[in-house]
Amino acid sequence: MMRRRAATRLGLRYLTAGAVTIVFLFPIYWLFIISFKTPDEIFAFPPVWWPANIQFANYAVLFKDGDVVVVWNSLVIAGTSTVLAMFFGTICAYSLVRFRTGGDDLAIWIISQRMMPPIVIVFPIFLLYVWLGGVDTYWGLVLLYTAFNLPYVIWMMRGYIADIPIELEESALVDGCSRWQVLMGVVFPMARAGLFATAVFTFVFAWNDFIFALVLTRTEVVTYPVQVTHYFGGQSNFWAKIAAMSVLGTVPVFIAVATLQRYLVRGISMGAVKG
Amino acid sequence: MADLKIKDLHKHYGPVHAVRGVDLEIPAQEFAVLVGPSGCGKSTLLRSIAGLEDVDQGTIEIGGRVVNDMRPRDRDIAMVFQNYALYPYLTVYENIAFGLKARKTPKPEIATRVKRAAEMLGITPLLERLPRQLSGGQRQRVAIGRAIVRNARLFLFDEPLSNLDAQLRDEMRGEIKRLHQEIATTMIYVTHDQIEAMTLADRIVLLRDGRIEQQGRPLELFERPASRFVAGFLGSPQMNFLPGRLVNGGGARAVKLADGTILPLPAGRWGQLAAAHDSEIILGLRPEHMSRAQGPSAPPGAIRIGTTVELVQPTGSRSYATLGLGGQPVVAELQAHDVSRPAEKLELQIDLNRASLFDAKTEKAL
Repeated sequence: MMRRRAATRLGLRYLTAGAVTIVFLFPIYWLFIISFKTPDEIFAFPPVWWPANIQFANYAVLFKDGDVVVVWNSLVIAGTSTVLAMFFGTICAYSLVRFRTGGDDLAIWIISQRMMPPIVIVFPIFLLYVWLGGVDTYWGLVLLYTAFNLPYVIWMMRGYIADIPIELEESALVDGCSRWQVLMGVVFPMARAGLFATAVFTFVFAWNDFIFALVLTRTEVVTYPVQVTHYFGGQSNFWAKIAAMSVLGTVPVFIAVATLQRYLVRGISMGAVKG
Repeated sequence: MADLKIKDLHKHYGPVHAVRGVDLEIPAQEFAVLVGPSGCGKSTLLRSIAGLEDVDQGTIEIGGRVVNDMRPRDRDIAMVFQNYALYPYLTVYENIAFGLKARKTPKPEIATRVKRAAEMLGITPLLERLPRQLSGGQRQRVAIGRAIVRNARLFLFDEPLSNLDAQLRDEMRGEIKRLHQEIATTMIYVTHDQIEAMTLADRIVLLRDGRIEQQGRPLELFERPASRFVAGFLGSPQMNFLPGRLVNGGGARAVKLADGTILPLPAGRWGQLAAAHDSEIILGLRPEHMSRAQGPSAPPGAIRIGTTVELVQPTGSRSYATLGLGGQPVVAELQAHDVSRPAEKLELQIDLNRASLFDAKTEKAL
């Protein structure tokens, strides 16, 4: 009797969990499936749940028109800014932790930069970029995302570096390493999990940014979120293109998270205990 | 190998004056042990020698060169840390080779030197393992291996055995001593453990509150402590300290204890006490200088006193008995079967030839 009740309970739990999962996964499924549909199927009623033929015409159009370059743009901008933010952020964090640069106040001040809503500086940044000639350039967005991500990187890496036993570094210094060698040979390997976890979040922020990319790009270096909005027309929406481009934009992030999952879980939980 | 000269060294941490004017000379090839209670400045002194701390005043000279402004890597020293400081992501081989690699030593030479160090320490079968696959003792061997492979001029040890259990500590202590005999390099060793200090050192440097309280050969410090602090720090069980007064008793010098007990001092010691007549003193008696009276009479310089046993702690080879003397408990180290139970009456023989006397105010030896 007891056992049957327990089984029923478990069954109910799975049922609820399954239902919730389906509700949340459905839009993503729908996005993917639209990208493989023909125009007729997209607008058919009742809806087509699974297309008769999986076809790649929607993607082919993006490649033929050259629209796909925006994914490349996003990769370059998000990738470069992530590398820069990680590098400079980590050495800043190292300085904060090991040389107590700026005492405790500087670290708080740095992270507080991140708490400002980005929208409030869009206009001043735009004016500045017009004056500097940074609109519609790679370096413009790279510089901006690097600056935006630095506080986050510094804050996170500060926790990870503080967790490294200082004797490991001192031992390396005595053994013949310079500070740079200590950073490369001891600090980076020791903080690897934290580095990867932080890098993924940094990358995703730059990858997904819409508002700055919209204001600061025109035609040359449009990023993928901005490009997607171009397919929402005044008269009609190009659902096939929207879906295909969205899928292309999702894949790199998906790959990054999947390959670094091991570090992500460890890195996030480490940061949770000590930050 | 190189000698070490320290002149008038001072170091502050904010308001804390951690090292207060240390002068120290350690000749080449000597094994010096810096010892003292926690907070005495011994680790700070060692870290200053390594270049891991900047000093505020004074000079540090290694092999005739002042190294105050030299980076740690340029001082040509090797250091073993308390928590081993092994890199968890490198194998034992890579850990030992780390310093040589940082100094761009050619690969074949690294291989030869790592192999030789590993053989010396008996860790050759472990070379491909990671630190987490090693026991505490093995890790400490690897840490020592990383130091000896460098052929540095000066070896520094910062409490290297504190994290090991008692048995392993004894074993490693022997190994470190053997190592010093084999490679004959100047070694400076920090510990708070007086047994490590006594057993390892050619020279003990005993620190207290950032100053050197006394330095010299281990037995010199043990037998002729310069102060009550030194006497109490070295030796286990601790020396017994009995407050008293220096008096003249029937033409002889004697110590009158708090409860009126008179202990006549041997004539050989009167001379050194001339200036201290009728003053408050502290009598220092080591547990091993007391025994159960045997034979018809006490040998010269020794006295006998009837007392009662309060507590017995047998160790197997010896028994520590807590007894009443001069109105306070003292610990005597007796033969294992000399004493069996509390409340036992015992005639105690005290060898006053070896007793220490300290001024009650300054606590310096008389």
